[in-house]
Amino acid sequence: MADGGDRGAMGKPLVSVRGLKMHFPIHAGILRRKVGAVKAVDGVSFDIFEGETLGLVGESGCGKSTVGRALLRLYEPTAGQVVIGGEDIASLPPDALRKKRPMMQMVFQDPQASLNPRMTVAAIIGEPLDEHTDWDESKKTARVYELMDQVGLNRRFANRYPHEFSGGQRQRIGIARALALNPRFIVCDEPIAALDVSIQAQVVNLLEDLQDSLGLTYLFISHDLSMVRHIADRVAVMYLGQIAELSPREALYARPLHPYAKALLSAVPEADPTLEATRQRIILTGDVPSPANPPKGCNFCTRCPQVMPVCREVEPELAEVEAGRFVACHLVSPNNAGGHASPGAEVREHNQQGEVK
Amino acid sequence: MPDGAEPVLDVRGLKTVFKTRGGEIHAVNSVSFHLRPGEMLGVVGESGSGKSVTMMSLIGLLPSPPAEVRGGEVLLGGRDLLKLAPRELQAVRGAKVGFVFQDPMTSLNPVFSVGNQIMEPLIKHMGMSKAQAELRAAELLALVGIPDAKKRLKSYPHQFSGGMRQRVMIAIALACDPDVLIADEPTTALDVTIQAQIIELVKELRQKLGMAIVWITHDLGVIAGIADRVMVMYGGQVVEQAPVRELFANPQHPYTRALLKTVPSLTGERAARLEVIQGQPPILSGAPVACPFRARCAHAHDRCEAENPLRRAVDGKPVGQGHDVACHWSPEVGHG
Repeated sequence: MADGGDRGAMGKPLVSVRGLKMHFPIHAGILRRKVGAVKAVDGVSFDIFEGETLGLVGESGCGKSTVGRALLRLYEPTAGQVVIGGEDIASLPPDALRKKRPMMQMVFQDPQASLNPRMTVAAIIGEPLDEHTDWDESKKTARVYELMDQVGLNRRFANRYPHEFSGGQRQRIGIARALALNPRFIVCDEPIAALDVSIQAQVVNLLEDLQDSLGLTYLFISHDLSMVRHIADRVAVMYLGQIAELSPREALYARPLHPYAKALLSAVPEADPTLEATRQRIILTGDVPSPANPPKGCNFCTRCPQVMPVCREVEPELAEVEAGRFVACHLVSPNNAGGHASPGAEVREHNQQGEVK
Repeated sequence: MPDGAEPVLDVRGLKTVFKTRGGEIHAVNSVSFHLRPGEMLGVVGESGSGKSVTMMSLIGLLPSPPAEVRGGEVLLGGRDLLKLAPRELQAVRGAKVGFVFQDPMTSLNPVFSVGNQIMEPLIKHMGMSKAQAELRAAELLALVGIPDAKKRLKSYPHQFSGGMRQRVMIAIALACDPDVLIADEPTTALDVTIQAQIIELVKELRQKLGMAIVWITHDLGVIAGIADRVMVMYGGQVVEQAPVRELFANPQHPYTRALLKTVPSLTGERAARLEVIQGQPPILSGAPVACPFRARCAHAHDRCEAENPLRRAVDGKPVGQGHDVACHWSPEVGHG
């Protein structure tokens, strides 16, 4: 596939996630007994290669942010393995986990809510240094200044408070804080969603520059499919707690294989009136089912335009259907016994439709 | 759209100022636009560009103080809305002008049933009896694509999903068959697949009912898909206005040109690096004497500092009728 694999595919995985589950219990009644669970993330597996950006896209409630948080063990995962830099983060005891924290950091969506309003910029950026190093003040200050330079903040503003900054600048503060301890892996959870269009590009360019100069690996969580196409090397599309498709960027955008990925991409408006006038949209009916009670079989079967009887019975597994392309769908899975005469023909037909759109 | 038709809404030189402790904020500066029957006007701009404040001030939805509409005319069906008494204005809102807001959760009242909220304008503005209103409310819910409409009238807002709530908002806005529907970022809070549903719905309703629509958004993609004409706002002013294809094919204002480049494409060529508009949007304190975009503009010039450019025609048609831009510079002749 064209240039889909990129720099990442050559290296070895820095992050390796296997069967990650994050269930939040539902308690009800006067005894607050557990009556069920919200299956926010329900069996997710993927790798992120050294130096690559994996885009994680999906609609609200699909579990993409939960994946990001569970990866850094900001939540205690219900099941599964998260190997980052050779150690299983999901099962480390607290002391060992704390020692690993400097290498994995997070940039949050809302810079307003993720920065303490009572701390100065210097204190916010320097806080990870207070926690994880025994440096003296002058060494810390020097590092804070260095970080401010790196993210394009004026050193003169070191003693100002977050409210004195615009949204884009606040996001730079959040990025500087994430960089303080020289991490190798950063989860960017919707880092540009709260910013204006003209500011988004500034922040995305900064993230790309930092990746190049510091050799960072990103998990870039976003609902903005155009921006993900710009920044990510490979993209995972999530739906209702599971990965529907994981493909190299160019392959996914040129020819999505999973029916949900197709519908999602076709729904994104494109800033071109001539193109918009001729574009075929797949309009999905209905809403996403509740993750507390996902449908039997394939979790997309209630809204899928190409649903088959087997989809309501058997859950499709995420399988590599083409080199580097992983899809969880009975229509495209290479081993879809399910009573179909010629699965191959189905794959072809499906792909052609993908190209027509 | 019939080109010569009388506009349903004609806004001329609208000025809105917010009085704050720190001084006056000139949020809307001499904004003029019109809306022809059945037309869809897209309004694009960043937060703080004045797009929502413009629409709120023309139907008196801004709290005063701190807001003060300082000048201009808003002609709807021959009457100047800015001269109406609050009571008369209330009759216009809802009956003649429908409003759909960004966040359907906070704009619906959580303690009243959805049916109740759709019936309210029908009883108030159209003088319907309760039974008539109930019948019409069920029709409206069915019209906006809510299944089992009659039963759902008794449901409360929290029992609907985000997309369904926005459908309810649209039903309320359309209840009295308005001439103008103002939709302020109606799909921004929604997911893309739900956004696609709402856009299809509005297109369909517009064909069926023929009202004129103002669609406010920051998403150029949405505009490209639905609008007939586009108005680009920056710093409380209209900086460019053109038919939709013309605007995307031949943008004139440096801001519009930069904005179109900063948005990555989904299908087109993938840029190695995103174009950036440097700097921050302006703070609109003080009356505007200079071009609001000058500090971020690659083509800024002494004149841009000295004189706030007026809108001028690009294609020979009168300003507001064809393609116009408020800029001293032009892509063809530069500063000329």
